[in-house]
Amino acid sequence: MEEIIVFFYSFREPIFIMVLSIFLGIEVISNVPSVLHTPLMSGANAISGVIIIGGIILVGHADLSRFSLELILGILAMLFGTLNVAGGFAVTDRMLEMFKKKKK
Amino acid sequence: MDNILHTFNGEAFTYAHAFLEFSYLLAAILFVYGLKLLSHPETARKGNIWAASGMILAMITTLFLHEDDGGSRIGFTNVIVIIVTLGIGGAIGLVISKRVKMTAMPELVSFFNATGGAASALVGLLEYGNPGNESLLVTLLGLIIGSIAFSGSMIAYGKLSGKVGNISAGFMKYVNIVLLIGITALTVYILLQPEPHKYASLVYLLLAVSLLYGILFVMPIGGADMPVVISLLNSLTGIAAAMAGFIYHNLAMILGGILVGAAGSILTLLMCKAMNRSLWNVLLGGFGGGGVASGEEGGTIKEITLSDASILLAYSQKVVIIPGYGLAVAQAQHNAHELEKLLEGKGVQVKYGIHPVAGRMPGHMNVLLAEADVSYDKLVEMDEINKEMSATDVVIVIGANDVVNPAANETPGSPIYGMPIINAVEAKNVIVMKRGMGKGYAGIENPLFFRDNTRMLFGNAKDSIQKLISEINTL
Repeated sequence: MEEIIVFFYSFREPIFIMVLSIFLGIEVISNVPSVLHTPLMSGANAISGVIIIGGIILVGHADLSRFSLELILGILAMLFGTLNVAGGFAVTDRMLEMFKKKKK
Repeated sequence: MDNILHTFNGEAFTYAHAFLEFSYLLAAILFVYGLKLLSHPETARKGNIWAASGMILAMITTLFLHEDDGGSRIGFTNVIVIIVTLGIGGAIGLVISKRVKMTAMPELVSFFNATGGAASALVGLLEYGNPGNESLLVTLLGLIIGSIAFSGSMIAYGKLSGKVGNISAGFMKYVNIVLLIGITALTVYILLQPEPHKYASLVYLLLAVSLLYGILFVMPIGGADMPVVISLLNSLTGIAAAMAGFIYHNLAMILGGILVGAAGSILTLLMCKAMNRSLWNVLLGGFGGGGVASGEEGGTIKEITLSDASILLAYSQKVVIIPGYGLAVAQAQHNAHELEKLLEGKGVQVKYGIHPVAGRMPGHMNVLLAEADVSYDKLVEMDEINKEMSATDVVIVIGANDVVNPAANETPGSPIYGMPIINAVEAKNVIVMKRGMGKGYAGIENPLFFRDNTRMLFGNAKDSIQKLISEINTL
């Protein structure tokens, strides 16, 4: 119990952000036409690639002077994260490009 | 530049600190604004670009301004390693996304989702071993959720691309519950240890169990439920990224992750609603198998010849095409568009009736038809097209089954009873293009096929439409 209270207090600001983001996410998405469900899912999926920031921090402060499992896994994490970000945004754009074209 | 600018609440900070945090704020704004624009057809593409630029901004500022607890920046060699890695990953991602066919979109989204989950799981795993990490609870949560999202998405990818079949057994439900309890118990046990950092082997065990759970949780879920699962896994990846955000006290990561988590959850629930089922029901895999056939509908099936079909279509006033997964499998979207143009040329009004869960992903049909250049004002959503059904001369059902099954309205015992459908049966004539008399993904008989106003055109959808087009041209 004590741990939970300590956790809440020391993370109170991020927790505020988190709770408000939940409402924001729900608000932004409701009323989206089903036409856009697939691109929206794909775009949101690319945003969840923010984990790449974590990967950059990890590898950024890693010790490069010796070869370690941690280093390999960190680079792998970054590689996966970049795939998610680059592929995700590119594929969403490709889908949306087709919606655009036939508007003329 | 690196002089201490100010001390606030006992925390000294520099220009670099302030600028980094400001760039995160900007990135967060871009994520929200991008997602907002993404939810309207006219602005969607811009929205995607805004969100992407937010991501690039946050990546660049992190790379050059982030400091570790000791206050040192990312070293030069590390920067090079990072840029090379980013280059390789980015190039692979771009190539895959350019090369893949539009019909393979659902599995690609699943695959990219898997990579995001894997990244979160690895970050969790590595940060757990970092003795300075004081937020072990969120670290483990990120690790667990990330691994479930990874293995689950890989299975979903395998299923959608036809590499993995459905394996479903009654006892799996219980195995999954046991695994979930195991994951919870193991997490609590690790966290209650006086020196939890020393239990690395248990953390690897936790990773393994979570991966296994992801596999077993997606395994029994059948075709028609895949959109719901993908959306759910998508929201899990977001949550996992947010958990990692807690480790670094990084507000952009928390906001971005939770935003996706919340949006994904809402999308999941919207889809469940479209199928009139609860999420719980989807997850326990209540669909499929043991379907109640509506016995009274037996009757006979009538086939239609190509020449009859072409005459019927050419002399109609209003035709509605209802596409389903069969259209995607046969890659028949371009042919459907050709048929549409041909009929429009003959003065027939043609529209498409789109069921929200037709295909293997929400909006799957819209993406396919958009690829074939079908104008999007011709794509009519279920509720709208149902109003026009009784005034429609011919409905062409292309590779769809469950979404037009009248048992959903008429047969209370049917597993899909209550699911909203497109009421194709109300049209004056129905032509069903189908490969054979197989059942739909729900595994139940479709009484529509036996109705008086329904005629079947068997064969691959692409071939059938092509033959139909040449037949109409000879009229």
